[in-house]
Amino acid sequence: MDMSTDVELYQLNNLMKSKLHLVKLNLIMSDKFMPHTESEIREMLNKIGVASIDELYGDVPEEVIYREEYDIPSAMSEIELRRHINDLGSKNKTLTIFAGGGAYDHYAPSTVAHLLSRSEFYTAYTPYQPEISQGTLQYIFEYQSMISELTGMEATNASMYDGATAAAEAMFMMVASAKKKNRILISSTVSDRVIRVVETYAKFHGVNLTLIPEKEGITDLEEISTELSKGDVAGVIVPTPNKYGIIEDFTGLADTIHSSKGALAIFADPSTLAVLRTPSEWGADIACGDGQSLGMPLAFGGPYLGYISCSKSMLRKMPGRVVGATTDADGKRAYVLTLQAREQHIRREKATSNICSNQSLMALYATIYMSLLGKEGLKEVNVLSCDGAHYLYHRLIESGKFSPAFDKPFLKEFVVKTELDMEKINSKLLENGIMGGILLGNGMVEFAVTEKRTKEEIDRLVNLIVEG
Amino acid sequence: MKTYDKLIFELSKPGRKGYSLPKNGYGTNGLSAIPDTLLRETPADLPEVSELEVVRHFTNLSSKNFGVDTGFYPLGSCTMKYNPKINEEIAALPAFNNIHPLQDAETAQGSLELYWNLQKMLSNIAGLAEFTLNPYAGAHGELTGLMVMRQYHISRGDHKRTKVIVPNSAHGTNPASAMVAGLEVIEVKSKPNGSIDVEDLKPLLDDTIAGIMMTNPNTLGMFETEILDIAKLVHEAGGLLYYDGANLNPLLGKVRPGDMGFDIMHINLHKTFSTPHGGGGPGSGPVGVASHLVKYLPNPRVKKNVDGKFYVDFGEDSLGNISTFLGNFGVMMKAYAYILTLGKENIKNVGPLATLNANYIKESLKDDYLLPIEGVCKHEFVFDGLKDKSTGVTTLNVAKRLLDYGFHAPTIYFPLLFHESMMIEPTETESKDTLDEFIDVMHKVAKEARETPDEVINAPLTTIVRKLDETTAAKNPILNYKALKANKK
Amino acid sequence: MSKILEDLRYADSHEWVKLEGDIATIGISDYAQHALGNIVYVDMPEVGDEVSQGEDFGAVESVKAASDLISPVSGEVIEINEALEDEPELVNQDPYSNWIMKVKVSDASEIDSLLDAAAYAKICEE
Repeated sequence: MDMSTDVELYQLNNLMKSKLHLVKLNLIMSDKFMPHTESEIREMLNKIGVASIDELYGDVPEEVIYREEYDIPSAMSEIELRRHINDLGSKNKTLTIFAGGGAYDHYAPSTVAHLLSRSEFYTAYTPYQPEISQGTLQYIFEYQSMISELTGMEATNASMYDGATAAAEAMFMMVASAKKKNRILISSTVSDRVIRVVETYAKFHGVNLTLIPEKEGITDLEEISTELSKGDVAGVIVPTPNKYGIIEDFTGLADTIHSSKGALAIFADPSTLAVLRTPSEWGADIACGDGQSLGMPLAFGGPYLGYISCSKSMLRKMPGRVVGATTDADGKRAYVLTLQAREQHIRREKATSNICSNQSLMALYATIYMSLLGKEGLKEVNVLSCDGAHYLYHRLIESGKFSPAFDKPFLKEFVVKTELDMEKINSKLLENGIMGGILLGNGMVEFAVTEKRTKEEIDRLVNLIVEG
Repeated sequence: MKTYDKLIFELSKPGRKGYSLPKNGYGTNGLSAIPDTLLRETPADLPEVSELEVVRHFTNLSSKNFGVDTGFYPLGSCTMKYNPKINEEIAALPAFNNIHPLQDAETAQGSLELYWNLQKMLSNIAGLAEFTLNPYAGAHGELTGLMVMRQYHISRGDHKRTKVIVPNSAHGTNPASAMVAGLEVIEVKSKPNGSIDVEDLKPLLDDTIAGIMMTNPNTLGMFETEILDIAKLVHEAGGLLYYDGANLNPLLGKVRPGDMGFDIMHINLHKTFSTPHGGGGPGSGPVGVASHLVKYLPNPRVKKNVDGKFYVDFGEDSLGNISTFLGNFGVMMKAYAYILTLGKENIKNVGPLATLNANYIKESLKDDYLLPIEGVCKHEFVFDGLKDKSTGVTTLNVAKRLLDYGFHAPTIYFPLLFHESMMIEPTETESKDTLDEFIDVMHKVAKEARETPDEVINAPLTTIVRKLDETTAAKNPILNYKALKANKK
Repeated sequence: MSKILEDLRYADSHEWVKLEGDIATIGISDYAQHALGNIVYVDMPEVGDEVSQGEDFGAVESVKAASDLISPVSGEVIEINEALEDEPELVNQDPYSNWIMKVKVSDASEIDSLLDAAAYAKICEE
């Protein structure tokens, strides 16, 4: 096709409207994403019975037709686009990361990205036509199976947007299950970024949210009992590990909550559940959290993956897509979206949630990651991260310039206290290509170590910090 | 080709592995620092498989999927346009992919600049003052937009405004989002052509109305010609207009929602701006607002300083946070690359060509399929099943028969305005050749319905699996491998 | 043509009621079960719950539809049909013998506001 010749421009004004047959087509057919040739456009217009494409917009009030040119750059070739993006990329600085705060620098095997780039996966829509979507449906089924293995819970949905919105949905589930009770307790040791989102959802939806104070870095469980005794609590949200990296002990908590007819939701980092006591073992009714820790790129905050698992009794209150196993007309094993009657496209304003998509491709990411790492690999990731974090922790304490902030068990993330000027030190670390710990105020610094960090990197970090 | 039918768990053998990790150089003793009572009792039964097995497994699964790259995907209301390949590559560049969301802004200037540029471009395309890119999906954008609406009224002390008007033809997500945002849904009736009935709307507009949610073109693909009157009425009553961006594609190059009087809108980057649907996500649902609502947008926000540096800001009047960080940045990169590839010269052709394609199919098929609303449509239109109602062949049957012929089905049984709805949206990226093939097949299916209806009713006949038992799946849900194994026994 | 029993009262939302003394037995009509198709789940209230005339007390779900159950009377739930928990399809098989809940009514006169079989039959024809 001749790309740019002879196609004249219009800008149809009112005068010309009366002479439609004279109007030239206003199309620059030079774009690789729009395959129409001029003669095809004419044939199509003939079939439709109109003289111009503008006539297809004849019902649009004249006042709202946009006649200006958009304020965006001219079309870029791939070469120009690459140059532009690389220029932007050069304004970023890729760092050696010693911070977490809800986004962890774990490693994903090369295979994950390769398989994820199969366009049969990523150019598909939600699997509404199960006969030609068995690929998507089966990996979601496998994803649900693996997350259920990690959380120990009976049911898992096809995924949520992120950990924070999953926690907000867990709140709604507990309120919906409790019928008449409308108060949710959330521990202030849940990540602040998660609490902020849960607060927003609660404020607008009209859920009465109470923040449970922390005591020496962990949830004040006595405070939960006090609030429960008021009789109006639908559910409680606590974290593992918590926002300081501490693994809290929830022995007896589920019983206390259940005896006052409330539900327990645990916000858990799913990667750590390969080794840590699971929400199910703590007696929780719901597990939720962010799946980013399952090897996902930091990607400046997204896309990540929210997950929700729950016990069978909560199943019908769970939001979002769910895939179930079934058989086809020939008795062959197959998978299908199920329990759809809960969802917004059927229940409309009666649904417990408005969610209608998931983070399907990220669920695939997690599934491939967990398939490769498997039973032993995910444990090893945790052991390596745990050892690295403890090595850093001890080196900092031994330097004499840091003291423990809480002295509680942790896995890959921890908080120490110091009188050093950490802002200045963090700037210096940046100059050395390192993202240091997150500053929590009052001299508290939070570090995270994953399997990607080496002993040498940690030694270098400590030396840079201690040198001042 | 033999049919592959394994679950990854069924390939598992104890001791096999598909990973390699560095040796532990710390010389410490694993998890011994953590008390046993805090460790899990039984190990997670994840599969143990080799790398090649994983590769073959997922490659085989991918072959059981139909995507835009496989074939024509005329799924109404979903805008299944082509997903450009360079966008995928760009979004995976380490210079962006390895940036921690809490990194000092000074070290993330490239990501922030891209984010800011996209905010500006969308604002211009939408005719609105500013955008937040934080919402993760269309429904999340709706929710965020409705929160903006409520926050606006609340901050003015106007606490009575707790109702939102939603057309009865709207997608179920609209009322569901309103419910989550704490708004009561008031339905307004549609005229036979799917347009809002202005006479029905007028009496609803009192001082308890927070606003109205609409899409334009509406659910039937018809332009709401009275939009300016509706906007005037709603504004005079003190309400705000929310634009559901699901149907934005036909307006690119033609109409800006802000110019029609909308105050708030969301855009589905995964529809209008070519980012892949990913089998159900991740998407991205940026929300744009008129100038008087900017301060209510969710935190955090990306802003530009006078010195040209970009930074992350937290506004005091903001409705709060709706995402952990700044949204699905990786998706934004793809939309950004798409806009730059089209440029101002080509982006204005998107809407017109999408509309041309839809009308072409409509006019070519209305002899065999019942077109309930005559006239020019925009990017999509709805048939009410086959024209010949005597065959016993339903919309579902036609949809399934299309699978046999290598096409994805249209959206079916939505909108609810007709019993046999079949909603077709071709998008501008499809060639006339593809549309002609689709038209031929649709005619062929209509002919089969008349002559050999059983072939259509029993469809699909050639897909890897056939009609599924959805009743048993819903009655006795088997949601994971463990339950599947237990069920076998 | 769906089955309508003469001795029952009906709500226009397709629930039936049989009042014996101050105990009302409530289920859904044959028309309703037919319209829903294969029922896969019945969401029932709990014994002891208070229900009010015209308000939701649960829902019936089929594969791709859900319908709220609207209570035709007010009172306290004294029994639910537990058999429906495992076999919701019983409602499809016989919607009149497979009731959903029994309510001790607080105001027996409410029954007068409900439709008789003839009036309900008209609604089903529309």
